[in-house]
Amino acid sequence: MTPPLLEIRSATKIFASGITRRRTTVALDDFSLTIPGEPATITTLAGESGSGKTTLANLVLGFLQPTRGQILYKGRDIARMSRQEWLTYRREVQAIFQDPYEVYNPIYKVDHIFRVIINKFQLARGQAETQELMESSLRVVGLEPGEILGKYPHQLSGGQRQRVMLARAFLLKPRLIVADEPISMLDASLRAMVLDTMMKLKQEFGIAFLYITHDLSTAYQISDHLFILYRGSIAEHGPATVVIKVPKHPYTQLLVQSIPIPNPQRRWKGVINIPVETELGSTAVVGCKFADRCPYVMERCRQAAPPLMAVDTEQQAACYLYAPQQAAAL
Amino acid sequence: MADVMKPILDVRDLRVYYHTSRGPIKAVDGISFSVHRGERFGLVGESGCGKSTTAMALLRLIREPGQIEDGQAHLDGLDIFKLHGEELRKVRWNQISLIPQGAMNSLNPVMRVQEQLADIITIHEGRQPARELRRRIATLLATVGLPARVANLYPHELSGGMKQRVCIAMAIALHPRLIIADELTSALDVVVQRVVIQTLLQVQEQLGTSLILIGHDMGLQAQLVDRLAVMYAGHIAEIGDVGDIFADPLHPYTQLLISSVPTIEEKKHLQAIPGLPPTLLNPPPGCLFQPRCPYAVQRCRVETPLPREVRPGRWVACHLR
Repeated sequence: MTPPLLEIRSATKIFASGITRRRTTVALDDFSLTIPGEPATITTLAGESGSGKTTLANLVLGFLQPTRGQILYKGRDIARMSRQEWLTYRREVQAIFQDPYEVYNPIYKVDHIFRVIINKFQLARGQAETQELMESSLRVVGLEPGEILGKYPHQLSGGQRQRVMLARAFLLKPRLIVADEPISMLDASLRAMVLDTMMKLKQEFGIAFLYITHDLSTAYQISDHLFILYRGSIAEHGPATVVIKVPKHPYTQLLVQSIPIPNPQRRWKGVINIPVETELGSTAVVGCKFADRCPYVMERCRQAAPPLMAVDTEQQAACYLYAPQQAAAL
Repeated sequence: MADVMKPILDVRDLRVYYHTSRGPIKAVDGISFSVHRGERFGLVGESGCGKSTTAMALLRLIREPGQIEDGQAHLDGLDIFKLHGEELRKVRWNQISLIPQGAMNSLNPVMRVQEQLADIITIHEGRQPARELRRRIATLLATVGLPARVANLYPHELSGGMKQRVCIAMAIALHPRLIIADELTSALDVVVQRVVIQTLLQVQEQLGTSLILIGHDMGLQAQLVDRLAVMYAGHIAEIGDVGDIFADPLHPYTQLLISSVPTIEEKKHLQAIPGLPPTLLNPPPGCLFQPRCPYAVQRCRVETPLPREVRPGRWVACHLR
């Protein structure tokens, strides 16, 4: 059996701070995820700021090392790869980030970012081949090469800049693209083009995505599998449509209820509250991290954190409401 | 009866230009709208459409090289653009207050919440007994759903949602008739966003103030406002009842904007708007949306469409309507 494309096994990341490094923050807590290689999928990691989603992206990209746990690419632990394997990994796993301006050097024309990697990875021989490669990858992401090449980054819109980053990633024929909040700085009318391009790369070129976002509406539109993170732990995961339409974890339910639906006939009903202690971040973390906000909180929620429980064949929620009957009776 | 129907704010032909060495940038170029008593009015558009400039103009906060070129803005009959010095100071905070974009990051980091709220009250109303001030501040905090002990905290000790509610408390401290909130929740998580918005609406209902909500998020506008104005490139494309606009958008820009918004209601092909907004430095003649408009005809290229009332209360600036 071929191993999955990417497998994260019980990854935990603890940051130490303060002079004595004794104050610690658990950014990611025993997180596991599997991304299959065939067929390519879009796996979304959704959560609020501070939920650990960017920490996870940084672990996958090798910018950070997990405190515990492993990240496996095609069955190989990325922390134990040989130099050659690591180079292949760096080529096959690409990334795009939130601010598509920061990654450009403003004094170079857009062509520069293509030429650097074409040279580094020796993707083309000679000028003509280089030009041809740049143009074809721009066309793949729906850009007209004549409108992009020869320009400076500031002459492009945010949406164009982000699609140029996708074109650059595409050049390397990646298997996986980590997209960390790729559209959150773009205007609505430009977002659709970036999302469309992601879908196209998945469907036509078999490139998988790890899409990291705080926006459940776009997650619903483009993703296959959806993970909901809450303060470093998985609250719930499953097929994106199911998690959004039939959320099981009380936190996911609260998130879904808070999405502003662009339909004046479907306005928010009722009132929701966040306890002041939660907002000040002063709650003790024993048991379920959502217990102090949960309308269904039970005694056992405050004693030990609930593990992920199957609520359906493909959907799991870390909540005692879905504990098997026998276990609940104990 | 006539007085009830009279708008609290009436803006006519407002133009704000930024003067650069290459010529004027026409950030707001001839917009008109009115806001009624107790109404929630939305001003929506993408970055650079002029929505924040409009807010700054209404508070007379436009700074060089920007300038209000033309237009009137009557607040209960008083022309804001004709006020000077002391008169102007009395209108700000007392009559109109602004929660500017990124307000929560402009709280003074070395002052406790108590002192920042006290400042606003004493600057405008003069010195007051400390006990009276404390009582008033506690009430203000309670109004925005915060416990009294928040008064003794510094901004860095508060979460983003709490800071934003402190900004709401500052905006209502002097009971203004109109509150303008610019991108009130754009940096907040969805649940916190909902709590902050909920607070603002409760406060608005309690005080009976009018509200202008400025933002880019069509979802939020759909949830919150009574009437909506859609801005594009310094102009208003369309104004109407929010339900009507979403049910039957008349301007091609509004149509495309609505179909570009992702929703969890249905999976749909997200429609992108091809092209880019025009430069506002020497904009070309004709409709500024025309280069991106799928329905543009010859007339759109030469003649600027003026807003017309196509149905009662429904204004559209498009030759095809």
